[in-house]
Amino acid sequence: MNTAELTRILPQGVEYVRILPEIILSLFGMAIMVLDPLVDQRASRKLLGIIALAGSVAAVLATLYQAQYPGTAFWGMVKVDSFSVFFHFVVTAITAVVILTSYEYMDVQNIRAGEYYGLILFGAVGMCLMSSAVELVLIFIALEISSISTYVLAGFRRRAATSAESSLKYFLLGSFATAFFLYGVAMMFGATGSTSIAVIGQVLRTNSIPLLAYAGIALMFVGLGFKVAAAPFHVWTPDVYEGAPAPVVGFMSTAPKAAVFAVLLRVMFEANAPGRVWLIWVAAALSMTLGNVGALVQQNVKRLLAYSSIAHAGYLLVAFAALPANGIPAAMFYTASYAAMNVGAFAVVAHFAGAGERRISLDEYAGLGRKSPVLAATLTIFLLSLIGIPTTGGFFAKFYVFSAALQANLVGLTMIGVLNSAVGAYYYLRVIVMMYMRESRDEAPVAPLSISLSTALAISVIATIYLGILPGQVLEFASRSATELMR
Amino acid sequence: MNMDKWSPMILSLVTFIPLAGAMLLTLLPRRDRDIRVFSLVVSLLTFVLSLHLPVHFHRALAEFQYQIDIPWIPTPNIHYHLGVDGVSMWLVVLTTFLTPLCVLISWNSIHERVKEFFILMLVLETAMIGVFVALDLFVFYFFWEATLIPMALLIGMYGHGRKVYAAVKFFMYTMIASMFMLAAILWLYAKVGTFDFVTLQSAIRAGQVDNFASAAQWLFLGFFIAFAVKVPLFPFHTWLPDAHVEAPTAGSVLLAGVLLKMGTYGMLRFNLGLFPEQARANAWWVMILALIGVIYGALVALVQPNMKKLIAYSSISHLGFVILGIFSFTQAGLDGATFVMLAHGVSTGGLFMLAGILYERRHTYEIAEFGGLATSMPVYAAFFLFVVLASVGLPLLNGFVGEFLVLSGAFQARAVYGILGATGVIWSAGYLLWMYQRVFFGKITHASNETLPDMDLRERIALVPAAIAALVMGVAPLLWLNAIDPAVHAALVPFEQLAGKVVGQ
Repeated sequence: MNTAELTRILPQGVEYVRILPEIILSLFGMAIMVLDPLVDQRASRKLLGIIALAGSVAAVLATLYQAQYPGTAFWGMVKVDSFSVFFHFVVTAITAVVILTSYEYMDVQNIRAGEYYGLILFGAVGMCLMSSAVELVLIFIALEISSISTYVLAGFRRRAATSAESSLKYFLLGSFATAFFLYGVAMMFGATGSTSIAVIGQVLRTNSIPLLAYAGIALMFVGLGFKVAAAPFHVWTPDVYEGAPAPVVGFMSTAPKAAVFAVLLRVMFEANAPGRVWLIWVAAALSMTLGNVGALVQQNVKRLLAYSSIAHAGYLLVAFAALPANGIPAAMFYTASYAAMNVGAFAVVAHFAGAGERRISLDEYAGLGRKSPVLAATLTIFLLSLIGIPTTGGFFAKFYVFSAALQANLVGLTMIGVLNSAVGAYYYLRVIVMMYMRESRDEAPVAPLSISLSTALAISVIATIYLGILPGQVLEFASRSATELMR
Repeated sequence: MNMDKWSPMILSLVTFIPLAGAMLLTLLPRRDRDIRVFSLVVSLLTFVLSLHLPVHFHRALAEFQYQIDIPWIPTPNIHYHLGVDGVSMWLVVLTTFLTPLCVLISWNSIHERVKEFFILMLVLETAMIGVFVALDLFVFYFFWEATLIPMALLIGMYGHGRKVYAAVKFFMYTMIASMFMLAAILWLYAKVGTFDFVTLQSAIRAGQVDNFASAAQWLFLGFFIAFAVKVPLFPFHTWLPDAHVEAPTAGSVLLAGVLLKMGTYGMLRFNLGLFPEQARANAWWVMILALIGVIYGALVALVQPNMKKLIAYSSISHLGFVILGIFSFTQAGLDGATFVMLAHGVSTGGLFMLAGILYERRHTYEIAEFGGLATSMPVYAAFFLFVVLASVGLPLLNGFVGEFLVLSGAFQARAVYGILGATGVIWSAGYLLWMYQRVFFGKITHASNETLPDMDLRERIALVPAAIAALVMGVAPLLWLNAIDPAVHAALVPFEQLAGKVVGQ
């Protein structure tokens, strides 16, 4: 083979830029794994945390840099467009904030830091790749990278039996679900003769739709629906979230979900999935209802937020039943604002839980408004955003989703959604009531906020409020990527 | 000062100065006295600025004044559009008038978490003013929801007794009801592509909205239910007595004085303004519910052993009058309804303040605990009598004008409405004066009532403006009505056309 031929076959320099965030995250992850045995365990938490943070921040910057080089890479398997940049940004930003949250948590819980930070970064690699992959097999691989990291992360509170249960449950059910996804991919290949989303989209648009494609979409939806905790594939969520370390829950309830929603958007819209509306309709209505009803009776804050995340997956799915022109931006906006508020909420939960995560029942939040006004006020902002009160990102998120649904004449689904948000208000309000209107039973002080946690909370609060007051810019960007995606 | 430069700015200033004050408050150290003084200064400043509105208002004009309209969010197309007409302007002034009084009345009664209290109160003021000045449906909804949280927190954190129950009930009732309004707003936006009230109104009147005829009834109900719960209209009223009884005094004053008016204002502005035909078609059952509210509220008030609950039920009765006036679709009825809103704000605000003063001394609202207070607290008794008479509707005080106009409007609409409504006036004299008699006259039955201190200077300063306002509004109602009248007339134009259509057929 001569040189000319080699340059034709081998990827060009710019193609590496198109996976730059993934490269950076992997390098930092490996550096952490290598360094871990070399430094003393106590010191390692500090040092490795800083390296991990640097890695995630570098990935954020790499994403911004990458945005100037749109196009495909690696024989059409990866595609950088504003859609992928959006999700890269969301995932890497979540990673950075979660690392900031974990910093203090590691010390309090006495957890070995090396693998923890490494796994978070590796997980982020998979999630980033999911949002830019346009080929179903690569998407599957990326999904596995992200899932395996989160399976392990869920079991990181080694001394707690619930954490082991959480990890095992998540692993068993998760592998089952990915198998469904793979089976769906195989059927899709059988139906259309390709695993490239763009080609599938073309085939399904032009030819008559084979029955196999319906089955393929349904099976893929089972796999992806499991990952985003959409009903009826949601049963694992409360147990897994309850046992996993709180910052990890903040991570895995937002970043992998964002990535999987990106995949779903590509599969449903770009690949022009047949039978999309009714599939989504049922899943969305079920998720919203089961999530909200389940949350009503929870006494454990982590379980409450787990059910709330099922409900939010439902709201988000409503956008998938709408028309692409406003459904896609609505879904993208929702992922971003849900990430901001949920990561923030779990950061507060992680801090308040204390050593061994002892304080996670709702009753313990009594009197927090007096004990730690800042922490209570921050959590209140996140909860109000989860309810969907104006001036918070959660409001516009719901607003865009529901107006997209109305523009597609989905009045029934919108009514279900609107009534569900009213029910949802009740259980979020219970937490606020606890914090401000009940007196605490003990005088156990709340640990003061560390700098890293305050930064994480500040970023989340600013993002939540920003999306609630000036949502225009983000939505415009999302709309632009939607048009690019559907072109 | 150049007037033209100020006109577009003034509404934003009035709306957001309390919020700015609240933000500054978060930075102030927790020195309670300074916080109180600061809040008083901020609320007084807002009041003084809000006086700009009536002073420079063009009273003959019906359209919105002091408008400001700048694009806020491109998609969806949301404009920061504010403006007031004769109705909303006075409601803004009512809000800014009551807030400093609330600060004064809470001076000593709130002694824990003082900072949070005044922050919540100032945030609430911004939200309340915003509701009245918003001309973009989205901005309106935004402020509408924003009133909810500070009020619920005020009740839940500073109330007494079953405060948490009351706060959650208040929140959930209003929240769920306003969801229906949001759905209606979204539907309108999906069809017309704007949230602008004026544009929507002209689009609907010109018949440019697709499928409007089939959806209009549902849209009317969507808006109506949100407002009916807020007013509250029978049978959606059960949150109100709970919220009032458990709320701190300032919370009750603002709840009765302003928040309830948001509901009646909404009906006037949106139900009549956007859906005149449906308003007319639905008027018969609305009128019946309003009359039930007037009479039922009064009868229940009559038997209340708890002073605050009595005033709360009297609010249900009085707000029934307002709805009666609005859905009479007559000039007199609407003028009267607006005037009752203002008068009720002042006099019921006064009653709640007075009840709060008594509560601070005796920590009870039970009427049976009192008796003969006129001997131990003569000044207090005089103030109380004055406000009771204003509320009852004694001529030359503010209650009379509005009720008279409402009743004459109701008579024009249908005589039986007027006759039944008029009984409400009699009932209100009954329950208020009977309560007055039981609390103030006779012998002192409880030893602890003998030595009650009379009103101090701060309390008098808080009550005198309310009393003066009640008197001036009763003697010179035209000062208010000449601004209200053109706005009301403009709201009634489609109804006259409608009547013409019916007659023509």
